[in-house]
Amino acid sequence: MNATNLPATSRMRRPRATQEPAWVRWTLIGLALAFLTLFLFVPLILVFYEALKKGADVYFAAIIEPDALSAIRLTLTVAAIAVPLNLIFGIAAAWAIAKFEFRGKSLLITLIDLPFSVSPVVSGLIYVLIFGLQGWLGPWLAEHDIQVIFAVSGIVLATVFVTVPFIARELIPLMQAQGTEEEEAAVALGANGWQTFSRVTLPNIKWGLLYGTILCNARAMGEFGAVSVVSGHIRGSTNTLPLHVEILYNEYNFAAAFAVASLLALLALVTLALKTVVESRITQHKENANEHRGA
Amino acid sequence: MSIEVRNLSKQFGTFAALRDVSLEVHSGELLALLGPSGSGKTTLLRVIAGLDVADAGQVLFQGEDATDQHVRERQVGFVFQHYALFRNMTIFENVAFGLRVRPKNVRPPDAEIRDRVHDLLKLVQLDWLAERYPHQLSGGQRQRIALARALAVEPKVLLLDEPFGALDAKVRKELRSWLRRLHDDMHITSVFVTHDQEEALEVADRVVVMNGGRIEQVGTPDEVYENPASPFVYEFLGNVNLFHSRLHRGRAWIDGIEVDAPEHAEAEELAATAYVRPHDIEVDRVAKDEAALAARVTHVLSVGPIVRLELIREDSKDKNPIQVEISKERFRELQLVRGDQVFIKPRRFDLFPNQIH
Amino acid sequence: MSTFKQHSILPGFNLALGFTLLYLSLIVLIPLSAAFIRTTELTWEEFWFAVTTPRVLASYRLTFGAAFAAALVNAVFGLLVAWVLVRYRFPGKKLIDALVDLPFALPTAVAGIALTALYAGNGWIGQYLEPLGIKVAFTPIGVFVALTFIGLPFVVRTVQPVLEDIESELEEAAAMLGANRLQTFLRIIFPTIFPALMTGFALAFARAIGEYGSVIFIAGNMPMVSEITPLLIITKLEQYDYAGATALAVVMLVISFILLLVINLLQWWGRRRSALA
Repeated sequence: MNATNLPATSRMRRPRATQEPAWVRWTLIGLALAFLTLFLFVPLILVFYEALKKGADVYFAAIIEPDALSAIRLTLTVAAIAVPLNLIFGIAAAWAIAKFEFRGKSLLITLIDLPFSVSPVVSGLIYVLIFGLQGWLGPWLAEHDIQVIFAVSGIVLATVFVTVPFIARELIPLMQAQGTEEEEAAVALGANGWQTFSRVTLPNIKWGLLYGTILCNARAMGEFGAVSVVSGHIRGSTNTLPLHVEILYNEYNFAAAFAVASLLALLALVTLALKTVVESRITQHKENANEHRGA
Repeated sequence: MSIEVRNLSKQFGTFAALRDVSLEVHSGELLALLGPSGSGKTTLLRVIAGLDVADAGQVLFQGEDATDQHVRERQVGFVFQHYALFRNMTIFENVAFGLRVRPKNVRPPDAEIRDRVHDLLKLVQLDWLAERYPHQLSGGQRQRIALARALAVEPKVLLLDEPFGALDAKVRKELRSWLRRLHDDMHITSVFVTHDQEEALEVADRVVVMNGGRIEQVGTPDEVYENPASPFVYEFLGNVNLFHSRLHRGRAWIDGIEVDAPEHAEAEELAATAYVRPHDIEVDRVAKDEAALAARVTHVLSVGPIVRLELIREDSKDKNPIQVEISKERFRELQLVRGDQVFIKPRRFDLFPNQIH
Repeated sequence: MSTFKQHSILPGFNLALGFTLLYLSLIVLIPLSAAFIRTTELTWEEFWFAVTTPRVLASYRLTFGAAFAAALVNAVFGLLVAWVLVRYRFPGKKLIDALVDLPFALPTAVAGIALTALYAGNGWIGQYLEPLGIKVAFTPIGVFVALTFIGLPFVVRTVQPVLEDIESELEEAAAMLGANRLQTFLRIIFPTIFPALMTGFALAFARAIGEYGSVIFIAGNMPMVSEITPLLIITKLEQYDYAGATALAVVMLVISFILLLVINLLQWWGRRRSALA
């Protein structure tokens, strides 16, 4: 009991034998903070500063302007399609990989991670090679008057590609660590497949699922390179928010570019905040689970 | 309900977990599957439950082939080694789970589920924990909840995988006798897996000793302890001393002492080993006849009613220490201290011809 | 079948694996293989010519050089940041810990225009560098700055958990045996975190060579000087030079796969190291 009553600081403090002298400590902290300030915090602050530099009127005008609104709509639409698709994929892949033993499993995990190591530009290009006018399906698509490249479906495809791994790679280690005993117990007690998944598995992975979804969504809304290749940059039609930022910037409309960019920066901050909250829930969940297993 | 398994075999890669195992579990008995890790006991239990499928062989429930029956249809209650309680559900919901997932037409009404769960929680003496979560319970409590959950679906058979494996010594002992009493009240056919011989001998009606995917011996605790069928069973159940021996036409020489061995009348100049329990060795200060071995006391442990001696033979090449157990009274009579010379003689023994590898 | 998959009573394996493979094939594998198949339309000489023109070679030099330098800086400062976050207490630590992931979460285009505005001649930082004769924006140094930004979290996030797991007993034992803090760090701590550090370096490097969004704004994109390979792919695409773009994409893909292999090996090495400990 005594130990738990002590304030956190005295429990956390490292003994002197393994502690650096104060001047070393503060020098290292100072260096780290200087680096982070220079490369992270200043750019972040600058986005909001530049966005609001010319006043709130200019700021809001840039955001409610029709092309901006259409870009917001498109970005939301793309995320609304890409994220659920990868959510279903992530659950299916994690179920197969974490709950069963089969050959070629590690190869499959590597394949799932593949999109992470492909340059965004190449991710867009490969869809042009298939669906573009000179692509494999190009002539057939043109005949049937279907447009994929320079259209919303191409943007969705490229976004799905770059966000494939996010949810699966969160769920796989989580579900592997949880093992299969609870599911086996459920089946032995008479539960069918859906009951086992929805009542036992899903509640156990909900935080990991949410975590992966948040990251997946952030990337889906923020993707630039891949989308840039397949979009065609048609204002008011195939422009997502990041592409809209680029157009405004290239037109030297800096205030508007930063105004729209600030929306995306806000999205990033919300993502980080949610991520931090969910992370602490996951840690807590894990501690409970460890307690659950041990003793 | 009785269980029978016939000629079960199962491989995991190159590892043979079960080799041609056949066994009968009588209706209403409490049976222990005892063996070291890797002996196939857990695999056998999982095959009976339907959690694993054997490569060959049959499982019969009440004489009916259940080999291809899904675990859902077998009506077995299974208690997992780490309990596998659903961590996201309260204790109440854990126990109610098996009833709640039933199809609508056979699902009991909510009120009945509530009553049944509370009855079960009372049975395991934990009804005050209904609204807690598994991680808030101690190991022993979780174990009892796991049992209550398995019983909720009114299984015909109860299967327990190392039910006390993860508990500390004191809780183990309490739960052991509690399980025995519970079984005596309910008379449900039960099989449990354990690597702890004391647990198996103390709790079970019959014990199945397994080794290397095979059954070594089946019998009541008394039978397997008093009459081990193989050297393995001898060594696995309790301490035993080994003596180099020789067999020839119904006679045996245990480290030079000549004795009768009528069950080995056929043996011709066979190398053998005599297995002698520590309490089956007679200890004296003086040699009463020639058939005694001289030894020296190297260690005395006199805590408790039994005194444990460690001896080294003086006139033998075999310098492995011999473990002997004598009563406190006998110890007082002999007044032994370290370094004393004694004469020992096996009172009861079993002879097994050495395996030729 | 029995050798392919171990028996399990849990349902849904065929459905889950089937869907996984179908989805991966349609979204990832078939499109990726398109790049390789399309290059076979070129002869070897044509391919070799397309990927070795002076302009392309200059883009490799810039891309790999800047990515390497950025990954190196991130290895040093990432380790420092991870160390400070794990070992020391200071105000705002939690917030800073959360913000380290900003480059993961911030769309690259936003990072690109922010860094450009910052390092331009009249920018917050650029105005102080310009008089010293240092031009960052629209030069290769700008590429390096952008790649440092986007690679920042990798080293921190791979080293941090390993550093957290080091038992203080190890360091106490070293101290008892007479080692000073620097010796303890160099001989005990650094070897332990080295595989993670290398993994983080490789991840940051791999991410940097493919990066596009944050770089194109600040790079200036002058052929032979500040033009990165991904941009060159887009340029070729816009000129309808599909074959040339595809050839370059294949080079990038092959390098990515090699790096993926290296990263997997590094992670395997790290796991083995920690398993042995």
